[in-house]
Amino acid sequence: MDGAVAPKGTGGFDVARIRQDFPILSRKQRGKDLVFLDSGASAQKPRQVVEAMTAMMETGYANVHRGAYLLSERATEAYEAARRAVAGFLNARSEREIVFTGSSTAAINLVAHSYGRGVLKPGQAVLISEMEHHANLVPWHMLRMSHGIELRVARVTDAGELDLADLEAKLADGKVGLVAVTHMSNVLGTVTPAERIAKLAHAHGAKLLLDGSQAAVHRRVDVQALDCDFYVFTGHKLYGPTGIGVLWGRMELLESMPPFLGGGDMISEVTLEGFLPAPVPAKFEAGTPPIVEAVGLHAAIDYVQAIGMPAIEAHERHLVDHAMQRLSAVEGLTLLGHAQDRGGVFAFALDNAHAHDLATLLDRAGIAVRSGRHCAEPLHARFNVESTCRASFGLYTTEGEVDYLAEALGKAREFFR
Amino acid sequence: MFDDLRDLYQEVILDHGRKPRNFRRLDDADRSGRGDNPMCGDRMQLWVKLAPDGRLADVAFQGKGCAISMASASLMTETVRGKTQDEARELSGKFRELAMTGTCPDCGASLADEMERLQVLGGVSEFPSRVKCATLAWHTLNAALDNEGKEVSSE
Repeated sequence: MDGAVAPKGTGGFDVARIRQDFPILSRKQRGKDLVFLDSGASAQKPRQVVEAMTAMMETGYANVHRGAYLLSERATEAYEAARRAVAGFLNARSEREIVFTGSSTAAINLVAHSYGRGVLKPGQAVLISEMEHHANLVPWHMLRMSHGIELRVARVTDAGELDLADLEAKLADGKVGLVAVTHMSNVLGTVTPAERIAKLAHAHGAKLLLDGSQAAVHRRVDVQALDCDFYVFTGHKLYGPTGIGVLWGRMELLESMPPFLGGGDMISEVTLEGFLPAPVPAKFEAGTPPIVEAVGLHAAIDYVQAIGMPAIEAHERHLVDHAMQRLSAVEGLTLLGHAQDRGGVFAFALDNAHAHDLATLLDRAGIAVRSGRHCAEPLHARFNVESTCRASFGLYTTEGEVDYLAEALGKAREFFR
Repeated sequence: MFDDLRDLYQEVILDHGRKPRNFRRLDDADRSGRGDNPMCGDRMQLWVKLAPDGRLADVAFQGKGCAISMASASLMTETVRGKTQDEARELSGKFRELAMTGTCPDCGASLADEMERLQVLGGVSEFPSRVKCATLAWHTLNAALDNEGKEVSSE
């Protein structure tokens, strides 16, 4: 691969060289350098991803699993190669445990519909946490309303960590069939202790789904070591394209689940009287899948693996420490969450400026942050704030950008004085 | 760093944002409405007391939101007081045009002084994601006058 590769064994991480792979980062916004601190919403794309997708469309595109001609066979091979790459990325036992979906949201909805209605029984409970993204909350509300499932919510501590004692108490009666929690909060940056949650869930007869939309971007994920049962993540936060997400599930669970969407490619036999579903994973991939997007995701995985997830994690750990130091020193700034184990996501509020006014100011300085509730309304209610701004880092974020943010926040406070 | 933002955040807007006028509940209101920008978390409730001749005798609001939405609501309550309901609706339409386009070609025809006062919020048109902050109060006023009593969203 012609890309950013960190020198092996030195722990070195050449962020300047990495930034050259992302054409958008060298663009000006109203004459100012772009300081993109909204990677938690969606990350920018390296040239390697763009080129892989373009090449696929220009030279190798056809529908998959259908044609008995060379181009379709090649497209099928590229699509299945992406599945193998994802299996390697998550250390899945088998690539057949990888289901491509449209997004993390679609993957969680798949589990809520298929596992939720097909395997869970009315009267059983699903246990989530207070810090879930709406994508890991609303599907369970829908299941509660349609299927008589009880929805339980584990509390978050004032420091922004998952309250494990509360989680365990809510598992105690054995009614919880599924624990569905984030692996890293998109607001607080908190990384949850997934192995411990898996042990607690399993000890009480529940399965564990981890929402890895944020975590998979920042940490090496090993689903076997985590010992979870489902893991979901999305392409567009991992420097890949929109329109593709991943559901990993233990084979025996995926096999026990009924299909979710019906259509082409998910059947082994169809008559006017009925159908036989295809084996996993085709059973869950009805219709033409996101073929070009799978190729883009494959390129994104190759890209981060060439740099190395441990090197990315080390770079971000350094940035997080630096940001904690710089942001804590901004007068009038409140940071949401102070978890021991956290990633590069910082939600904050300024004492004399509303989040939207602050975001407008930062935008004028060239800084892109998200403002609002970040699809986590109950969590904002938990911390008693209407809305916050959120700065989230990617592998291309620099210490200088963090300094610039801190400086801009100080000036914004003066502006509203 | 932010000097060119003084067009949007003029002193009068910052002042009304910090100290919104008519920021109170009207217990004997004849009309009321709720407004909500779900994506931002901005929320307001608006009350209107009508005079015997149907004019807006008093208009007050309470809520939470950014400087733009609070200032816009504050200026609105001052601007529509004493107006007929038709005039208030006309102002609402003109203001929304001003917020979206920055200009209001018909504004000179009637209610010119009132629109002159609201011109301070015209800068918001250059910030497409902020237009809804400025228009929330006016949407809420329309809902209150229609007395639907239901929540409006300016998404």
